[in-house]
Amino acid sequence: MTPTAATTTTMTSPAPARDRVLVEARAIRKVFDLGSHFLERTRREVKALNDVSITIRRGESFCLVGESGCGKSTLARVMMGLLPPSSGEVHFDGTRIDGLRHKARKPFHRRMQMIFQNPYASLNPRRTVQQTLEEPLRFHRPDLSDAEVKAKVEAVMVSVGNDPSWGTRYPHEFSGGQRQRISIARALMVDPEFVVADEPISALDVSIQAQVLNVMMDARDQRDLTYLFITHDLSVVRHFGTRVGVMYLGSLCELAETKTLFANPRHPYTRLLLSAIPRVSTEEMKPPGLPGEVPSAMNLPSGCVFHDRCPLAEARCSVDVPAPLPQDDGTLVACHAVEEGRG
Amino acid sequence: MPLLDVRDLRVEFPTRHGVLTALHDVDFTVDRGERLGIVGESGAGKSVAAFAILNLISRPGHIAGGSILFEGQNLTRLSIHQMRRVRGNRISMIFQDPMMTLNPVLTIGTQMVETLKAHRKIGDAEARRIAATRLGEVKIPSPDKRLDSYPHELSGGMRQRVVIAIALLTEPALIIADEPTTALDVTIQAEIMSLMLDLCKTHGVGLILITHDLAVVSQVTQRVVVLYAGRVVETGKTARVVQDPVHPYTRGLLAALPGEGTAGARLNQIRGSMPPLTAVPAGCPFHPRCDHVQDSCRAALPALEDLDGHRVRCTRARDLASGVAA
Ligand SMILES: Nc1ncnc2c1ncn2[C@@H]1O[C@H](COP(=O)(O)OP(=O)(O)OP(=O)(O)O)[C@@H](O)[C@H]1O
Ligand SMILES: Nc1ncnc2c1ncn2[C@@H]1O[C@H](COP(=O)(O)OP(=O)(O)O)[C@@H](O)[C@H]1O
Ligand code: SF4
Ligand code: SF4
Ligand SMILES: [Mg+2]
Ligand SMILES: [Mg+2]
Repeated sequence: MTPTAATTTTMTSPAPARDRVLVEARAIRKVFDLGSHFLERTRREVKALNDVSITIRRGESFCLVGESGCGKSTLARVMMGLLPPSSGEVHFDGTRIDGLRHKARKPFHRRMQMIFQNPYASLNPRRTVQQTLEEPLRFHRPDLSDAEVKAKVEAVMVSVGNDPSWGTRYPHEFSGGQRQRISIARALMVDPEFVVADEPISALDVSIQAQVLNVMMDARDQRDLTYLFITHDLSVVRHFGTRVGVMYLGSLCELAETKTLFANPRHPYTRLLLSAIPRVSTEEMKPPGLPGEVPSAMNLPSGCVFHDRCPLAEARCSVDVPAPLPQDDGTLVACHAVEEGRG
Repeated sequence: MPLLDVRDLRVEFPTRHGVLTALHDVDFTVDRGERLGIVGESGAGKSVAAFAILNLISRPGHIAGGSILFEGQNLTRLSIHQMRRVRGNRISMIFQDPMMTLNPVLTIGTQMVETLKAHRKIGDAEARRIAATRLGEVKIPSPDKRLDSYPHELSGGMRQRVVIAIALLTEPALIIADEPTTALDVTIQAEIMSLMLDLCKTHGVGLILITHDLAVVSQVTQRVVVLYAGRVVETGKTARVVQDPVHPYTRGLLAALPGEGTAGARLNQIRGSMPPLTAVPAGCPFHPRCDHVQDSCRAALPALEDLDGHRVRCTRARDLASGVAA
């Protein structure tokens, strides 16, 4: 395994039950109904997730990658309980949480927090930073006194490298990176166990991306957090992730340990994605080798959703949907060619 | 003589907080057929530079100094009418959002035919034939049919290909592309950037590629300008800038890329952030964030130091280049 800082801290902090599943998505489907067009007979729908299952263990930084529109955010929202699945189940620490009623769900809301892509939109512009940070505490921890709330806000701000004096100011007075660090502080305020970060650094400049990633890694090590980290940037995955799920058009193609995925990508789509990572290099840019455009989730290809771009596609691929099958090292790969040993 | 010669360009925007100098005495050139990258973080002035060349700075912003020589004319002195013959004809522009260029209510074919006819005496049939050829060049399948599509019927990647085809229609000498693939996925980005690279070479077109992505710049351009707070801080051959950067800011940007350090380790971050352009510190604009700062850095804006062709705006450029100050 990668000697991540998370594994080293377990020696000093009380050892949590490693390898214990914290969050599980089972056979999730999500269909968005777009209503019917006035000229058309058929209803139009988007099949955003087609039978996706993932399991996240305690202490992991599980990364989801894939092109935009492939369903990463939808899966995250389903797992957070922000969106009901069309079918399938979500389990958190042993309890099924999809479909729980408001009151029964409240304790889970505290244990699971989310950080969004756009630090401009996700903070309320009319509230001071202090008000924004106090709000989740006052909601989930009515037992705390005012002094305790203030102390907690200050401690969390300091822990993510923010100046506690920012409290009296409004979001527009901060840069993108600072706002994202405020969003992280807000998510950490109620001591969650599970944090979903949906493209948390995509809107930021490189020099600021590094600051925010560092803050997230420090928080993981200090608090023993479990992350679901969504990104389309594979170099960030390599740096941050313990395991990775690769998605394409609402399906999971491959699920592997980060190191294994980069050393030995098996699904043809994973290979395409890895070959297209832009790197600083003095060699000229070359086309990644696979032609074509991503089809639309409104008009899903039959069989394997990747078949019209896949160099290994055969007749069977446009008919049968490949199931994710475990390989020798535990990696899951959903591909007929890999199953048939042609991969 | 270079194709484009930008000298001492200064662009100002009056704001409530005083005058904002978006570009501060910026110099760069592009030769015929050359590919130049302009990199820098958000707000560094990259897009303002592009808009200034095209004389599209929105009022009350204005070019407050300097000259922009293009094919022997000073673009800052042209009338609106004269500028129209340059913009969209000798110089084409590609934006991050293809819908800045495409009209949603017209078919691709109509837009391409109109563009051609605005700049050349040419019949409809001939214009359509040229349009289809260009769509083929940007690898759009069945170009003849696609001429009758509306922009919304295409994916984001396809739309950007159409925009590139339109940019090439008038056989321009220079294309300015502002973050052309930032909104696209890596696989589509690699296809479109390699296509642009190819087309610039086969057509002998000069390119200014504006991006914050150092990886893309390194693989597409021959020379690069690094902007920080509206100033050129480093410029030279792209290979040398990315392999052997001298300015502490450029070094910081390259070192911050994930994939440089060990997986799982903390990333090398540059502390602080770029100042707002209404409050750029005196002296070297990077000094509050620089690990090499010394008293002289705070005194005056350092000059661009020439290290045989590689120019660096830093008082310690020679020390840093020779490794005295590592
Ligand atoms: N119309 C305007 N009025 C006032 N200030 C402006 C205007 N347009 C640009 N600026 C300012 O000029 C500076 C440079 O902006 P510019 O758009 O060139 O940045 P950029 O380097 O292209 O950034 P990005 O990577 O975010 O596109 C910024 O401080 C910006 O706020
Ligand atoms: N509320 C919605 N209504 C209709 N379609 C949606 C909605 N949310 C997402 N989609 C569609 O679902 C698909 C997956 O979207 P999303 O999960 O946001 O992708 P990603 O996060 O991977 O970029 C896309 O085709 C998107 O357009
Ligand atoms: S199942 Fe077939 S089409 Fe899909 S990735 Fe495998 S070989 Fe390619
Ligand atoms: S001039 Fe001084 S402060 Fe500026 S980059 Fe050089 S060493 Fe750093
Ligand atoms: Mg998303
Ligand atoms: Mg810009």
